[in-house]
Amino acid sequence: MQLDFVAREVTIKLVYYGPALSGKTSNLVALHNLAGNDTRGRLMTLETQNDRTLFFDLLPLTFRSKDGDVSLRIKLFTVPGQPMHAATRRLVLQGADGIALVADSRMTETQRNAESFMDLKQNLKDNGLELSKMPLVIQFNKRDLPNIRSDAELARLAAKGKEPVFKAIATQGTGVVETFVGLLFLTYRLLDRTHDLSRRLGIDGEELVRTAALQLGVQTPIEELLGQKMGGSFDGAPRTVA
Amino acid sequence: MKDDGAEVAELAIQEIGMGPPRLEKIVGTAALADTAASVTELSGVAVHIFSASGSKLAGDALDPEVAVRAEALARGTRTPPDLRTAGGSRYRLLPIEYDARAVGSMVLGPFSFEGDGPITSGPTLTPKGVADLCRHLHRVLDLVMWSGHKALLTSTMHLASMRESFRELTEKNEKLNEAYERLKELDRLKSNFIATVSHELRTPLTSIMGYSEMLAEGIAGPLSNEQADFIATIRTKSDQLLGLIVSLLDMSKLESGTFFVRPEPVSIMSLLVDVVATLTPTANKKGVHLATRGDDDALPVVRGDVDRLRQVFLNLTENAVKFTPPGGSVTLSAEEGIDPRDHEGVVLIAHLHRAVEVRVSDTGVGIPRGERDRVFAPFYQVDQSSTREQGGTGLGLAIVKRLVDAHNGMIRIEDNEPRGTVFVVTLPCVEETSSMPPVGADDHDGHGDAVPPIFQ
Repeated sequence: MQLDFVAREVTIKLVYYGPALSGKTSNLVALHNLAGNDTRGRLMTLETQNDRTLFFDLLPLTFRSKDGDVSLRIKLFTVPGQPMHAATRRLVLQGADGIALVADSRMTETQRNAESFMDLKQNLKDNGLELSKMPLVIQFNKRDLPNIRSDAELARLAAKGKEPVFKAIATQGTGVVETFVGLLFLTYRLLDRTHDLSRRLGIDGEELVRTAALQLGVQTPIEELLGQKMGGSFDGAPRTVA
Repeated sequence: MKDDGAEVAELAIQEIGMGPPRLEKIVGTAALADTAASVTELSGVAVHIFSASGSKLAGDALDPEVAVRAEALARGTRTPPDLRTAGGSRYRLLPIEYDARAVGSMVLGPFSFEGDGPITSGPTLTPKGVADLCRHLHRVLDLVMWSGHKALLTSTMHLASMRESFRELTEKNEKLNEAYERLKELDRLKSNFIATVSHELRTPLTSIMGYSEMLAEGIAGPLSNEQADFIATIRTKSDQLLGLIVSLLDMSKLESGTFFVRPEPVSIMSLLVDVVATLTPTANKKGVHLATRGDDDALPVVRGDVDRLRQVFLNLTENAVKFTPPGGSVTLSAEEGIDPRDHEGVVLIAHLHRAVEVRVSDTGVGIPRGERDRVFAPFYQVDQSSTREQGGTGLGLAIVKRLVDAHNGMIRIEDNEPRGTVFVVTLPCVEETSSMPPVGADDHDGHGDAVPPIFQ
């Protein structure tokens, strides 16, 4: 996080993690398509010839508070999922404020999802961070494919976990905003608690997140978006559907 | 965090892609000046570009009043876009933005609109013309900044990834090194352990053998035939056990580096004859023909430890007899060869690299190609089944290999046509008159024969 009092800006770094080809870049593309011209920056992809992410993708989003006084700048990063890019993943994770783990719903990918999660945990540890203290949401992507893990199974497992879990079809834009807003919500709340953001900037933080959702062109109330999650909790959030 | 306003001296990796890029960092100033000049060439209007720090990146001298405004604009201060100086010249000032943040400013001018009256400098334009020009310049700059930023991020990430990979590898290497050192220490401890245990085993065994011998000689009174048989069995088995313990001791000495080789001129042929003489009774008993072939006068002199070399050929020949069926033959032959360590430029240096090649050929079961490297490993047996026909500790060839190594020699296995195995031992010759160092001098320079060299 970067806080600039002069420009009255908060910059937050969110990282989309996950196994290779789970749809991290697709999430960014979908958000880019949803956001208005005032909000979105250009989606920058640093990719190899065959369209696989080499270092990262970067999508800058800029949200403004209702009175236009404070800017909330979100930098969305993806990591390269292939196992060989471990060093790059560790670098991209440096300074991350929140993480979305994009998992592939297909049954065959269960092991790779788990490996990616363990890799995330290890890389955070190597960077001196603890996963348990990091805002984290999990997205089960590719819900439109055959041979996927059932809704019932995911719901049953999610209920046992701490993290909010969202279902998505990133290529169609489904569930992408829910995941993003869920992550932003968790992240902002933690930063607010640890850095006293709202008081120091003299703003209503929750209102800022609410405005951000609106600026993504989503009319659905934030409570409803957050309510899409399975398991986990946004504890401390008012009127959250439990 | 920058909330205390502190300048970040170096771009930390977590800053990548976070803050606004600096215009002069992502765009070459020379290229920027060229772009500005090319717009001037097309439109006739001068173009000036300022960075966020207020320094001028492109364009010629500018009216001081305009320059002050342009610098303020570049730093993010809002300014009306149009400016007309006291002299009547018009200027258009616009911020250069990247990712919705001012990273610099640009100034077009001086110019005039029609009907402005007499002016000092610059072309006459229409308001639409100025707007078009500004938009065009914006787009060009946007493209340049975008490409430059992307290239900067890519190269920064590339460098950081390389550093990270290097750090990771260095860490792994250190761990491997530690593990290697630990293994070496363990290996040393193992050799010491074997040496100690072998020694401790030998002491009581000597007593057992001594007392059996006394019993056999009837010192403690006459023995019945059956008792004499039993004592004979005890003695044979004790001999076998002693052989094993001595081998283990040799092996551990060889491995721990406390093994001495005393180099002296050795006549290989007489050594082979000696070996054959020792083993002829065993071979005859089994019905294996044992013979030597070679001419001692034709062979160069090998310098080595005669007892150790005898052990080498004794072990090899014993093995050959063991694995040769009745009616077969074992032949020991020697001829001049070439030092196997260095085969480059043989034609030029052959006389410096003379060697003796000893072949122990049998007509036994043979050793499969895949097994040939492994037979020299301690305790290795080609037939590892518990029902194998031949006994042995699996130490004989391991000891042979280490002894040959200690003589800077080589040992290899070849096929004996039509059946059987040939063990080929090549021992380098060191001429006493030559300037070449004596065997083992690698380890103990200049000590010569006075102090026996130690072989690892």
